[in-house]
Amino acid sequence: MGNIIEVKNLTKKFGNFTAVDNASFDVKKGDIFAFLGPNGAGKTTIIKILTTLLNPTSGELRINGHDPVNEEHEARSSFGIVFQDPSLDEELTAYENMKLHSVLYRIPKDIRETRIEELLKFVELWDRRNDFVKHFSGGMKRRLEIARGLLHHPKILFLDEPTLGLDPQTRNHIWDYMLNLNKKEGITLFFTTHYIEEAEKVAQEVAIIDQGRIVAQGTPAELKQKNNAATLEDAFLNLTGRKIREEEAGAIDHLRMRRRRFHR
Amino acid sequence: MEIEIIYILWLRQLKRYFRSKSRIIGSLGQPLLFLLAFGFGFGSIYQKAGEGNYIQFLAPGIIAMSILFTAVFSGIEIIWDKQFGFLKETLVAPVSRLEIMLGRTLGGATVAVFQGLIVLVISLFAGFKIQSTNMLLTALLFMALIAVLFTALGTAIASVLEDMQGFQLIINFLIMPIFFLSGALFPIEGLPKTIAIITKINPLAYGIDGLRGALINSIHFGFTTDFLVLGSIVVVLMVIGSYLFSKIQI
Repeated sequence: MGNIIEVKNLTKKFGNFTAVDNASFDVKKGDIFAFLGPNGAGKTTIIKILTTLLNPTSGELRINGHDPVNEEHEARSSFGIVFQDPSLDEELTAYENMKLHSVLYRIPKDIRETRIEELLKFVELWDRRNDFVKHFSGGMKRRLEIARGLLHHPKILFLDEPTLGLDPQTRNHIWDYMLNLNKKEGITLFFTTHYIEEAEKVAQEVAIIDQGRIVAQGTPAELKQKNNAATLEDAFLNLTGRKIREEEAGAIDHLRMRRRRFHR
Repeated sequence: MEIEIIYILWLRQLKRYFRSKSRIIGSLGQPLLFLLAFGFGFGSIYQKAGEGNYIQFLAPGIIAMSILFTAVFSGIEIIWDKQFGFLKETLVAPVSRLEIMLGRTLGGATVAVFQGLIVLVISLFAGFKIQSTNMLLTALLFMALIAVLFTALGTAIASVLEDMQGFQLIINFLIMPIFFLSGALFPIEGLPKTIAIITKINPLAYGIDGLRGALINSIHFGFTTDFLVLGSIVVVLMVIGSYLFSKIQI
């Protein structure tokens, strides 16, 4: 099977700061791909570039055979995404959020309703379909976002720290869904996480990024072997060092902090 | 261009507005205060100066003010929305940015017009009298023009701002002056030269003028001038707004 994502010599600069430095990697179709790296390594930046939210400074990209810079429409139709920060409309109900997505992705009218029902049942939110999203717990919101991301039957599902801040029950629950989906529908899963043991458990392929550079790529077993490590987490620490990363807070972090204060 | 996409994004803004009763009531506080404090506070001075009933003069200005603020805020919301909101969901969808911008702007503008209508009804209770009811449609037209103009302005500004810190700057150095120097609170005849020039380049002045013309039959620039000035600024701002919006990177 071919590659569904191809990244060649990708570089992204913000002024003098190089967030992504000549990164190259491929993701095979149908794979579960874990993208790991310390804070500020460039994971989210790469996801934003792949999902057309940010333009690269240089490099070549293919998403399902399409260039996200020049063929953004085709590229956008190929993937679904669960963002690190929620992107649901909290003033709408779960059903309305799904409905809006189905219109934006031009899902034919006659199959909209059945598909929304199917997916909401799949993430066990069908009984809560007419409740406002603002009353949902963190785990329920994640599940709804995943259901929404799958509504248009994407070839790739991007998940930026999908299990962050969730309890082990919800985490397992969500992973069961996604693994099942990957097996049944052959959807490629591309995810980032800080829980390395989670990546070790589910990922078929892992890429590790540090300071904008891809420092390793391979199966979890290969990475452990190469780095003489007992676990993937040890391999990760060997590759990226044990120093805690100082990340300068940007505009987004200030906003994020304000939002937390605001919502408390 | 797909109407269904623009429609559903427009509908979303309306649903959000009508569902948050506390926000509707909250945003009525400021116009109400202005109407009552200024209206009754300056009423007798205004009368003594031989200008007539101040509430009658003031109400169209306060209606325009509530439209101005609601419209600008709904545009500015994008700053917040870029990171934490629904905007990202629309930006990764296979739809054109123009459709998203139009849906949002028209939705925000419709909400702003509703807000203006509520203030109009309230001002009737404060003693405001509409001169001729068959000019109500003209009044509605000017309310819509003000609403679209300032929603597009808010969208354009929010598309280039990175965080909320620039927001205070915009409110204090752009929106407040636009309001205070628009003739909303005082007649624009016989002003000192500098202020007169500023009001002349202030689009809100033309909106309020048209609104006053329609509601109380008193006009300074004339309907045609008001309409042409507002109309052309709306077109320019919509073009600039959609361009800047299409360039948003997150």
